[in-house]
Amino acid sequence: MKNRWQILVVDDEEVMCESLAAWLREDGYAVDTAASGHEAIDKTRQRDYAIYFVDLKMPGGMDGIETMMQVRRIRPDASIIIITAYATVDTAITAMKEGAQEYIVKPCNPEEISLLVSRIVKVKNLQRENTILRKKLSRQYVVQDIVTKNARMRDILALCQEVASLRSTVLIQGESGTGKEMIARVIHNCGDRAQKPMISVSCAALAETLLESELFGYEKGAFTGAAELKRGKFELADGGTIFLDEIGDIPAKLQVDLLRVLQERSFYRVGGSQEVRVDVRVIAASHVNLQQAVSEGKFREDLYYRLNVIEIRIPPLRERREDVPLLARYFLERLSHELGKDVREISEGALKLLMDYNWPGNVRELENSIERAIVTCKNDELTEDSFAFLAMNGNAGRAWTPPAGMSLQEMEKVLIVSTLQRTNGNIKESAGILGIDRSTLYEKIKRYEIQR
Amino acid sequence: MKYLYVAAAPEVSLEDQRMVSGFLKNEFGLPVREMEIPALDFAYDGTRRQYSSVAVLEMLARLSPAGAAKLLAVTDRDLFVPVLTFVYGQAQLNGRVGVFSLARLRQEFYGFAPDRAVLVERAAKEALHETGHLFGLVHCAERTCAMSLATNIRQIDSKQPAFCAPCRARLTRTKGVLA
Repeated sequence: MKNRWQILVVDDEEVMCESLAAWLREDGYAVDTAASGHEAIDKTRQRDYAIYFVDLKMPGGMDGIETMMQVRRIRPDASIIIITAYATVDTAITAMKEGAQEYIVKPCNPEEISLLVSRIVKVKNLQRENTILRKKLSRQYVVQDIVTKNARMRDILALCQEVASLRSTVLIQGESGTGKEMIARVIHNCGDRAQKPMISVSCAALAETLLESELFGYEKGAFTGAAELKRGKFELADGGTIFLDEIGDIPAKLQVDLLRVLQERSFYRVGGSQEVRVDVRVIAASHVNLQQAVSEGKFREDLYYRLNVIEIRIPPLRERREDVPLLARYFLERLSHELGKDVREISEGALKLLMDYNWPGNVRELENSIERAIVTCKNDELTEDSFAFLAMNGNAGRAWTPPAGMSLQEMEKVLIVSTLQRTNGNIKESAGILGIDRSTLYEKIKRYEIQR
Repeated sequence: MKYLYVAAAPEVSLEDQRMVSGFLKNEFGLPVREMEIPALDFAYDGTRRQYSSVAVLEMLARLSPAGAAKLLAVTDRDLFVPVLTFVYGQAQLNGRVGVFSLARLRQEFYGFAPDRAVLVERAAKEALHETGHLFGLVHCAERTCAMSLATNIRQIDSKQPAFCAPCRARLTRTKGVLA
């Protein structure tokens, strides 16, 4: 994909500047121009250009070499090509020594420029792919990797940074596919444990006995088949973070063991009698409402409060629809590159359809849908037709029918309760969502006897 | 009604102008009109002994009739842009005017005997290519597509005088042409 890389052409001769820019635009690149070194530096501060064509001789006290040196200070990864009509060996050597990627003499053969740019773009694509793969491999997510403009998500990210270096336990709640593990990784990577391991365990995936030995390890001979000592996830995460996903599915006996680890920071391996001490930060996540599980007697109250020191509730995608276009474009760019397809655009109609869809599988479902649409796309743009399969899922629209026989007042109460739950009881935010002022909301809470 | 104009410089024969009009009429499905433009002497660069396509485009923008959706000029003069040694043609991307030259499409330019059939095929490809730019198409990665980038005559010869399916779809979808 070409249009990801932006090019800046810097030349004091307008006709030179514009003709090269026009030629590169015909080749599909996004190109800007600058008439002087100073303008180039200003533009460099505003935009992330990947490739620069800089004329060597420019008036105004800032020639091509000086411009290149300043650009390199701001954008060390940029590729700079020096162009000149007055080639000498000395200027060529100076340009290359100061970091120019290429030095070309104008007028140059179209083939030369075309090959040069495509070679640079090829290297940049490989570098980018390498960065993505490394990040994927180590899953070193940071705040900047979370794509959002939603106010609640921004608050969550700010909270992640605030609590990153604390040892306090974090409980992340949110529906499946909202990115609970990604948030956990952001917390881990932003804190002073970032250089230590973060170990993930899905509590729902394993049977009780397996989960116990998985978490705490076992001694040699602890049970048939325990041929040698095995360290558990808590030990492997020593100094770092353990992420306990789907904590709501953990069996009752293990809830007690886990409570002990949280209180004492120590445990026994299965079949062992020697206490193992660890320094581990626990981040737990659940797609079920743990408070409700506590009230139903399915989850220990003391464990819940131990886990719930810092609570993060990730809103489902349908409550942050403004992020859908951002995420769709992000996934389109990333996945089309990974899948080797040249799909560049997504139509307004397709974005509207995605905005209207309810996304029961949240961000993960959106990512999978974009991938499916790219794979089946016959040209370079995703349109409404590319997402026809969503309509078959049966909840394409926002249409919702209230239960029959419900009074207006009952309806109002349900709406207020659910809004308060979503905002964690924040009156100002709830009143804003409901479109009423705070005093009216207080009055209704009192009238309907709503517990906050 | 908007027309696709094919303008010919004085050195271009009526036969060659008709040939280009014919390609565009068949391919784009828009009504085509023909016009003449003045000689390109004003764009001549004595040092390079070539004609500036930038200057030609400026003139075309001034001469473009009100009813012209797009205007493509044909010349037999060798064209250049300042930073490159030559160009086969140049068009405003998603704009109104473009120009291409027959000079480097002729077999004689490379020291061979004239070949009308070869010239006709190459001109068809260039006419489609520059008009494609006028309709907003950028270079295509498919080497046989008329919109693929050609920086030498071999690359022009390995193209087809037609748009590939995705480029056709783009033109139909965004511009309502080629329907």
